[in-house]
Amino acid sequence: MKQLIRALTEIIGPSSHEELVADYIEKALKKNKKLEIKRDVMGNLIARRKGSGKKIMLAAHMDEIGFMVKHIDKNGYLRFAVVGGIFNHNIIENHVKFTNNVEGVIGIEPKSFNWKEIPSGEKMFIDIGAKSKAEAEKLVSIGSLAGMKATFVDMGKRISTKTLDDRIGCAMLIELALQEIKGNNDIYFVFTTQEEVGLRGAKTSAFGISPDFAVAIDVTDTGDVPESHIMEVSLGKGPAIKVMDSGMVVRKPVIDFMKETAEKNKIPYQLEILTAGSTDAMAIQTNRDGVLAGVVSIPTRYIHSQAEMCDMDDVENGIKLIKAMIETDLKKKGF
Amino acid sequence: MNTLLKKLTEIHGVSGNEDSVREIIIEEVKPFCDTLRIDKMGNLIAFKKGTGKDRKRIMLGAHMDEVGFMVKSIDDNGALKFMTAGSIDRRVLIGKRVLVGKDRIPGAIAYKAVHNQKGEYDVLPKVEQLSIDIGFSDKKEAEKAVSVGDYVIFDTEYEERGDILKGKAFDDRFGCYAIIEIMKSKHKHDIYGAFFVQEEVGLRGSSASTYSIKPDYAIVLEGTSAADMPHEKDEADFPQMQKGVVVTISDRTFFANKEFLAFVIKTAKENKIKMQFKQPMIGGTDAGMIHKTKTGVKTMVFAVPSRYIHSPVCYASMSDLESMIELAKKTINNIK
Repeated sequence: MKQLIRALTEIIGPSSHEELVADYIEKALKKNKKLEIKRDVMGNLIARRKGSGKKIMLAAHMDEIGFMVKHIDKNGYLRFAVVGGIFNHNIIENHVKFTNNVEGVIGIEPKSFNWKEIPSGEKMFIDIGAKSKAEAEKLVSIGSLAGMKATFVDMGKRISTKTLDDRIGCAMLIELALQEIKGNNDIYFVFTTQEEVGLRGAKTSAFGISPDFAVAIDVTDTGDVPESHIMEVSLGKGPAIKVMDSGMVVRKPVIDFMKETAEKNKIPYQLEILTAGSTDAMAIQTNRDGVLAGVVSIPTRYIHSQAEMCDMDDVENGIKLIKAMIETDLKKKGF
Repeated sequence: MNTLLKKLTEIHGVSGNEDSVREIIIEEVKPFCDTLRIDKMGNLIAFKKGTGKDRKRIMLGAHMDEVGFMVKSIDDNGALKFMTAGSIDRRVLIGKRVLVGKDRIPGAIAYKAVHNQKGEYDVLPKVEQLSIDIGFSDKKEAEKAVSVGDYVIFDTEYEERGDILKGKAFDDRFGCYAIIEIMKSKHKHDIYGAFFVQEEVGLRGSSASTYSIKPDYAIVLEGTSAADMPHEKDEADFPQMQKGVVVTISDRTFFANKEFLAFVIKTAKENKIKMQFKQPMIGGTDAGMIHKTKTGVKTMVFAVPSRYIHSPVCYASMSDLESMIELAKKTINNIK
């Protein structure tokens, strides 16, 4: 599992350029010959395990936050626009990698640098080691996309690297898609695009599938570091069952079903109330005439940085929880 | 003088009040399309059946509305208090000529004269502190001419000087004009000319039309901001006026479908159409709603670079508008 997570996090896939991630996942999914795999107009990768029961959509997003080139100056430095929720204070003088493997460093105009405040992206540039505009233009062009580059740190139970948001969800879905699943639910494993810029891929894939029940698998914040904001979620205490975030309130039947399933299978869980941010489940819940949707979250520290950290026990327990849910006869639940 | 551009850009059509724009468009496209309908949001959809066998559904979209104002109240002195509709830089407002209501009553956006101010020159008044003066000094008199809820537009005459066009509402009457022109010729694919309402207040019209049209491809035709102003440092200064049609890679609401984008770039190159990119991740258009309608639509945005959009005076180039029409025509006819 760790190896799978590591491989997935090392791929660069900023919003709108998820192909490299999708190709990797598709290759992994092909081990299960029973899956029907396709991609839609938005680039979502959808693997269906056909069944005669209720339609379940499991969603994890492939995209990551990143940088898009908007100008190449005469000395070969790149000015960029950010894609998704980049925190400016943690990108300065860090490495980035483009989708074509060109690597660079984010620099800041020395005249604009002031330790006391977080600088705007307008004052930063990407240095790809080019000596001139012409040299830079051979490597990148307007619209080229980069993501953060990071090392994978293995601390045993805990791991830390970039893009656990949401390659951790992708890894869990791959794992589930390759397992033997009991029951006859009609299960769609959906690897979505453009979540970080507005839950766009989830919207179109949910419309196409029109599920009876949907679960997004994503990361959530924690309240377990020194002087945290109040949040009853910690690393290692189990996957979090979302109650509410800034984009959705999960309906009671969904929360109850998740809690019951965890308790019945002796899987530890936590309840999540997130005050800033949302997930694909928000776009799915309000699709068509409404969808029963919930979220299984993996508690993660330092989200949207190069050093996001999560606990492997939460990942394993998250897989168990989702597996138990999708093996349940949802017709009986009235979903 | 291009009389259609004059008509389209001078007419009033603030978001929610697009009727007069729609009437002009109906008159122009009627002879060239098979059916015309107005949907519940007020969008106009002109359909032209293609001549080919294996026909795709292609939607060309442009919004009819423009930024402007609405009368919020009339004060005892007959001055009109107003709110803005769509994003307008309040620094462009004071002293500008406007037209109020469907009778187009001339007025001016007023603030106390320099003599009556005390050291306020550096302070920018809020919109609430401004009013529109239509030449009355009494509420009752003013109420005979205007009422709360009346729309207000900038009073700008359309002018041409060679290739350079001057006027208001280039965003997005250029798109409306382009669709009308494109619908005049025959196409192998089915063309849906979709003229949207309420873009400027939150992309509200386009998803309803897209939902019913179910297009295979969509091209949004727009007026976009040109960035060819003096720049202090070596930074992005595109798109520029007279450098061709602007193609969007990404903006705040949308990423161009990559295959469609590559196809468009190839089409522009092969046909020697002057083309430039929009600055990534800035602004937004109806494409933001269109591309994620139903199961997703392959969408592109083409635009004419216009200086000072969302202000009383925009400048743009006829040759850029022609490049946009040309690129749209070639693109839709090259689609297999």
